[in-house]
Amino acid sequence: MKRRDFITKSAAGSALIMGGMSLQSFKAPEKQTITILHTNDVHSHIDPFPADDARNPNMGGAARRATLIEQIRHEQGEDGVLLLDAGDVFQGTPYFNYYGGELEFRLMSMMKYDIATMGNHDFDNGIDGFLAQLPHASFPFVSANYDFKNTVLNGIVEPYKIFTKRGLKIGVFGLGIELNGLVDKKLYKETIYHNPIEVAQDMSRTLKEDKKCDLVICLSHIGFDYKNDNQRVSDILLAKNTKNIDLIIGGHTHTFLPKPHIEKNLDGQEVMINQVGCYGLNLGRIDFTFEYGKKSSESRLLRVE
Amino acid sequence: MPIPKKYKTTASRFVSFLTISLLIACGSTKKWNNTVIDGKKIAITDHYTPVPEIESFIKPYREHINKDLDSVLAYCPETLDKSNSINGWQTTIGNLMADVTFQYADKALMARENRHVNVCLLNHGGIRAIISKGNVTTRTAFEIMPFENSTVVIALKGEQLMEIARYLAKEKKPHPLSGMEVHLSRDGAVTSVSVQGEPVEPEKIYNVATSDYLANGGDEMTFFAKGVATYDLDYKLRNLMIDYFKDIDTLPVTRTERIIQDK
Repeated sequence: MKRRDFITKSAAGSALIMGGMSLQSFKAPEKQTITILHTNDVHSHIDPFPADDARNPNMGGAARRATLIEQIRHEQGEDGVLLLDAGDVFQGTPYFNYYGGELEFRLMSMMKYDIATMGNHDFDNGIDGFLAQLPHASFPFVSANYDFKNTVLNGIVEPYKIFTKRGLKIGVFGLGIELNGLVDKKLYKETIYHNPIEVAQDMSRTLKEDKKCDLVICLSHIGFDYKNDNQRVSDILLAKNTKNIDLIIGGHTHTFLPKPHIEKNLDGQEVMINQVGCYGLNLGRIDFTFEYGKKSSESRLLRVE
Repeated sequence: MPIPKKYKTTASRFVSFLTISLLIACGSTKKWNNTVIDGKKIAITDHYTPVPEIESFIKPYREHINKDLDSVLAYCPETLDKSNSINGWQTTIGNLMADVTFQYADKALMARENRHVNVCLLNHGGIRAIISKGNVTTRTAFEIMPFENSTVVIALKGEQLMEIARYLAKEKKPHPLSGMEVHLSRDGAVTSVSVQGEPVEPEKIYNVATSDYLANGGDEMTFFAKGVATYDLDYKLRNLMIDYFKDIDTLPVTRTERIIQDK
């Protein structure tokens, strides 16, 4: 709706100002920003690490993360922010063992997470254990390559979700890691795993072409890169072998990227991949600037710090 | 393009015409285009004051857990550390975990199946922390075993026990072992294997307690796949250790050798 208002106003505005139809009068395109915030592999780390921790002293903590998220929401505006998690919410501290993930989901709901994907550890109390905690989550989980048809998650975990923020359509689809050999079959039951790259090719086309999304985000728990096994599907391989994906938010390998990674896709276009380690030590932030009326052929600028 | 469909007045028609003209002049059919992407990570430090509502929401959960985790269950007379091996083939913490798992799995299997456990095999990598000298709490059990592995018993033929012996000889790691004794020559070949003092018979069935992770082939323990029966005890290894800590006062420091190599 906003988009339509804007077009009508700007056209009327131009009509008043312009004597002749000069192109000059229509420069200085308007801008707007969509901010993507993300975590991965938080692994039930609700409290900050203690001050005497050997590796991460005084780092992390859900209540501090909430402050940072609130600050960004305040600065960017509620309607311009999406908050994502790339899986492995569960397992790693006694909070999970005692409460089965209830507190993790409740806190994520309080922080207004918009969407998450499932990591292998989210099956640790079985697919039924996961379902039992879902009422505590005010946000959905998406997974496009897990077929849950013959499980209790059928119709509950969908392949993707489309958000409309500031008149822009943002499609987010999920990808999970192969469960066989990693998770006990009695936990994941009849969940069927499909090749993430094939599924992503299909998903990105659907979201970009059929659903006309302005942004396509892949929320992945397949791992950033496997240096010892370069055939093994990873976010790097995913980026190289797909198109129409604007951003890959990764997880699983607990990779602390010094800064977001940029990879070329099938079309030779740049794709940003980000993963922020684990245990809620960091928050990832990706700002997409949109400009009104700019030529679509103009190459976009990717900046990382 | 969201051009208004109804043209009520000449003026609005003119505006619509302008809109179309401008968009064409611009050479773009899209209204909004992504031109810049900025990415970074932000460290969560104590620079960020906790949100009070979230902090107070967590508090009762934290207090309940801490009270439970820190209640003293037993006493450990000396630090049990998996990095201090006994002749390279066993550790005090590994011996404790294998002996305790053997004993408690045996009790559970007897109650359910009226069968005894003969051997227990765990993995060295599965011991995730030391047990420090001093008080032993539920937290200790969480530290040494953060994973949700559960206890299973696999019925294996004697020939698979020989495979276990060869696996251990090849691995050269102090994998926790109980109920079974493996003798190795100086050059590391298996010379004899016994279970509770008796030589292993190839066709006899032995019940081996282990974790579900290893039973499913973890750490390349492929011999478990050849099991003739599986008893899932539905008993987490950690809970088994917690039950044991509750049952005793002082942890034993057991140095008995289970894998013995000629010198």
